[in-house]
Amino acid sequence: MPWFRRDQKPKRVHTEGLWIKCGSCSAPIWKKDLEAQSMVCAKCGFHFKINARDRLDMLFDNGKWEQIGGNLRTTNALRFNDRKPYEDRLHDAKQKTGLHDAILCGVGTLEGHEAVVCAMEYRFIGGSMGAVVGEELTRAAELAAADRKSLVIVSASGGARMMEGMVSLVQMAKVSAALKALDRAKVPYISVLTDPTTGGVTASFAMLGDLNVAEPGALIGFAGPRVIEQTISQKLPKGFQRSEFLLKHGMLDAVVPRTELKQYIGNALDFFLGPAS
Amino acid sequence: MVTEDRDGQAPDSEPDAGQPRQPGSRETSRSWDVVQLARHPQRPHATDYLERIIDRFREIHGDRAFGDDPAIVSGFGLLRGAPVMVIGQEKGRKTRQKLHRNFGMPRPEGYRKALRAMKLAEKFGRPIVTLLDTPGAYPGMDAEERGQAEAIARNLYEMAMLKVPFVAACIGEGGSGGALALGVGNRVLMLENSVYSVISPESCAAIVWRDSGKAELAAEALKLTAKDLEKLGLVDEIVPEPPGGAQNDVDQAARLLGDALARNLDDLSGMSPEQLVQDRYEKFRTMGGFFKNVDGS
Repeated sequence: MPWFRRDQKPKRVHTEGLWIKCGSCSAPIWKKDLEAQSMVCAKCGFHFKINARDRLDMLFDNGKWEQIGGNLRTTNALRFNDRKPYEDRLHDAKQKTGLHDAILCGVGTLEGHEAVVCAMEYRFIGGSMGAVVGEELTRAAELAAADRKSLVIVSASGGARMMEGMVSLVQMAKVSAALKALDRAKVPYISVLTDPTTGGVTASFAMLGDLNVAEPGALIGFAGPRVIEQTISQKLPKGFQRSEFLLKHGMLDAVVPRTELKQYIGNALDFFLGPAS
Repeated sequence: MVTEDRDGQAPDSEPDAGQPRQPGSRETSRSWDVVQLARHPQRPHATDYLERIIDRFREIHGDRAFGDDPAIVSGFGLLRGAPVMVIGQEKGRKTRQKLHRNFGMPRPEGYRKALRAMKLAEKFGRPIVTLLDTPGAYPGMDAEERGQAEAIARNLYEMAMLKVPFVAACIGEGGSGGALALGVGNRVLMLENSVYSVISPESCAAIVWRDSGKAELAAEALKLTAKDLEKLGLVDEIVPEPPGGAQNDVDQAARLLGDALARNLDDLSGMSPEQLVQDRYEKFRTMGGFFKNVDGS
């Protein structure tokens, strides 16, 4: 203990949490402004990550939607334990997100069209896909086919969930098969890729939309940049595996800013199905 | 360029590769032993099996869009007298061959060639056999540029609705999405000493323990052996190997594999195209259903 003590804390202006630093241009942004801008930096256009709930609020008309599913939890078939038991990771992720797994699905209308929208939750173990994510997406696709509602899946994921091993890998086949059935039923499916979308998610449903569209600057790929750098023993060029790169190489239909995303999807559904009544 | 494979592990670096531990060693090392056998330098590869079990094999090349990928061998021939389309991942044996085959790591054009071969078989009502053996899809710049993810996704999508009998067999290393991209069969077989995993034990260890030396632990945790996966209901049948592993008697290993493939194709031959599609859909629909309702129901 020092022999003297400050009897008053230093004066502070309480603005913590009210200003956010842009992750790209470092400009300070007033949080309310950022929220009004769909979490896009007004200066440089940087897209902040947003959670699944906000995503559904943003896409459905008037932010009105009804949740479907959301009541499944994994049974941890592998009993996977590493430095931290998988059960603990699940518990923490649930505390943080309020979800049972890395997916949130809802039904409602999107620019007047009946739609099922599923958004992945990146804060839940990196948005990784295990048995629950695979099942919820499959059910969503089956519901979309049965009720002839358009399907939108917003991806944000590091890929298959390692802690569920092969159980997570086979989800890729399951979801893809359900999307093929949806395709046969001629119900539209639009895949929206956001930062980041990699691994088994890109290599299954994220690349299988009637349209694949991405938000600007999103990391999208199969192998992660570090794995590639290790393989080729050199640094990757700037912009490699970003949305604009994929657009240039013919892998995306469009790069659409978040602020125009809803309208873009609405236009596409109008084209596919005719204008909403 | 390719100086390493298997996510950074130097190829064939283990001097004792494939030498199973002495009896009485820890039970926990069992999975790692199988990994070593699955990667054994003398383990038969796809072409070794093709030579022995497919008569009048004729290879077909190219994806008709970009190129031909030697990491995937596809072609038609006769299995026990019956016509069949065979698609296998080939790792190559000696250094030159390994480089040529890219250590069995396919690029997008390889997956697209495989899909072309499958569609061709479907058009003429011929069954499909795939032999899975890859450390994974190639994680390189060119592969990303040409849409590695899209190529794999497309295969998963199209395989689901193929109207012909389809048997997939994992003969060595089933490396994640790179293997699954050829693996959506009506029946999925695994050789006794093969492994199939969402991630290599080395990469898994590097991620969760930040130490790729912990691969042995990871191999155990990932439940990647044929036995473990059969217990989880992710594999239909384990194909026996000669004592000590397929490398000890390649001819016999090939006979055993040929028997299993022919028997499974035979089982499927009575199904109509619609039934085959339905069968495959149901299989993957219910596979890996390891979840429950939150309320416990």
